[in-house]
Amino acid sequence: MTLQQQWVALATILRKEVTRFMRIWQQTLFPPVITTSLYFIIFGNLIGPRIGEMDGHSYMEFIVPGLILMSVITSSYANVSSSLFSAKFQRSIEELQVSPVPDSIILLGYVGGGAIRGVLIGIMVTLTSLFFSQLTIHNFFVMTSVIVLTATLFSFGGFLNGMFAKKFDDVTIVPNFVLTPLTYLGGIFYSIKLLPDFWQAVSHINPILYMINAFRYGFLGITDIELGISYALICLFIVALFVLNLRLLNTGFGIRQ
Amino acid sequence: MTAALTISNLRKFYDNGHEALKGIDLKVETGDFFALLGRNGAGKSTAIGIISSLINKTAGIVRVFDADIDKDFARAKSYIGIVPQEMNFSVFETPLQIVMNQAGYYGIPRKQAMQRANRCLDQLGLADKKQVSSRSLSGGMKRRLMVARALVNEPRLLILDEPTAGVDIDVRRTMWEFLSDINQRGTTIILTTHYLEEAENLCRNIAIIEDGELVENTSTKKLLSQLQQETYVLDLAEPLERLPESLSSAPDQYWNLIHNMTVEVSVPKTLGINLVFGVLTQHNIQVQSMRNKTNRLEQLFLEITNERRARQL
Repeated sequence: MTLQQQWVALATILRKEVTRFMRIWQQTLFPPVITTSLYFIIFGNLIGPRIGEMDGHSYMEFIVPGLILMSVITSSYANVSSSLFSAKFQRSIEELQVSPVPDSIILLGYVGGGAIRGVLIGIMVTLTSLFFSQLTIHNFFVMTSVIVLTATLFSFGGFLNGMFAKKFDDVTIVPNFVLTPLTYLGGIFYSIKLLPDFWQAVSHINPILYMINAFRYGFLGITDIELGISYALICLFIVALFVLNLRLLNTGFGIRQ
Repeated sequence: MTAALTISNLRKFYDNGHEALKGIDLKVETGDFFALLGRNGAGKSTAIGIISSLINKTAGIVRVFDADIDKDFARAKSYIGIVPQEMNFSVFETPLQIVMNQAGYYGIPRKQAMQRANRCLDQLGLADKKQVSSRSLSGGMKRRLMVARALVNEPRLLILDEPTAGVDIDVRRTMWEFLSDINQRGTTIILTTHYLEEAENLCRNIAIIEDGELVENTSTKKLLSQLQQETYVLDLAEPLERLPESLSSAPDQYWNLIHNMTVEVSVPKTLGINLVFGVLTQHNIQVQSMRNKTNRLEQLFLEITNERRARQL
């Protein structure tokens, strides 16, 4: 395929993915806004004032970046894993397999769709947070780059999950038992400086901690982790997952007998 | 002229150890209408899956026109249109979206994809259904949609895996006419089917796969000429309660009263039809009409595959 044909193929997969999640917006776009609104009300408005300030900011201001990123992570991951699994289940993935479109384009198309949904959710949740808190942006570039990179990273994660999934349960196990605990323990609701030394060290194993702190820096200018390390780690994971997913696609893992 | 499909020593072992293809060799000439026949599990769908990249081969060479699928898979794929045995599209999309997306996967720009998708859907009689959810289509319409989708990249080689399975006679006849038409316009077609009269009517060449091996690969005419017997179905002018004794015991003739108005008779080709009428006149049996039994290929198919099975036992 020529570069132009590859571009057409990529645009087709992206359009198909966006159309898919827009068609079921009640399931894909609306729930994260409701869920985070409840977090804002309960943790920000009701419990927050009793907690007081965190790193020099109101508790509501402190938790907003983490809650936005949590929605981005879960949405981008779920979008790709469920879309890919559905395509395998309905065998519509064969439409792509029989066509000359390169595996890298298939991967980027699915991941791009997930990242678009993740960023869209991020914007919607950010706008919702304006009803509960005065939003300040310390560094627009950091904020936008972290949200795009995080959405991309977890879209790659979702793709990997979709490749391995053999039944519907398999696309819910990782989000429920791995992603959610890591996100909650990644410093959404607290600064890791509050933890004892041992648990601070343990927290550093959690990759989501680096993303949440980098994203919080974009809003508030505070972080428990050095920014460069956060970017390096996110990019490293993206490259590793890209290579791994591409390798699986090339061998036909889970999609070719 | 380059062959449309060349397969050499194609083998496939599945993970469970089953050897689905035991080194088959096959050549389909450009412009041919080719039937690949075999019982369920004989290896037809595995062969098609390998050609269309849905299944990994264990060994062998597959060339589609001038492209080797190992060396130039993208080009090989660009020559092929595939209609699978089972539905494999998203039922939440409209037929127009499905066909347009398929065009996009082949790198066809959106405007051109729209024109081609509309044309393919029109040709398959789905013009008034192109904007409805594919879920609401009937079984026959879904089959036609898959044919439209396979044609959108204007393939030089169209592979159809049981395209008329489970559809009514009208749809089957329409599909036959459509396929004959596109074949006459230059598209090479490979067809697998369990309706052997379909293969007999449409295909110029036939290969039979049995237990992962090619047991027959010849022209339809040559294959049918192997039949030593000719079977006729006779519609009687008056009801017949039972066949006369002498008919039942006639040498080289097999008479069968299907019901009181229909008789079937098989005779060696060398004896010819005059013998049949002579016998009927002798017994004062009046015949209103007569036809050849159409599923001659079915008879031959069973002979070939059963003979092979008997040899293996």
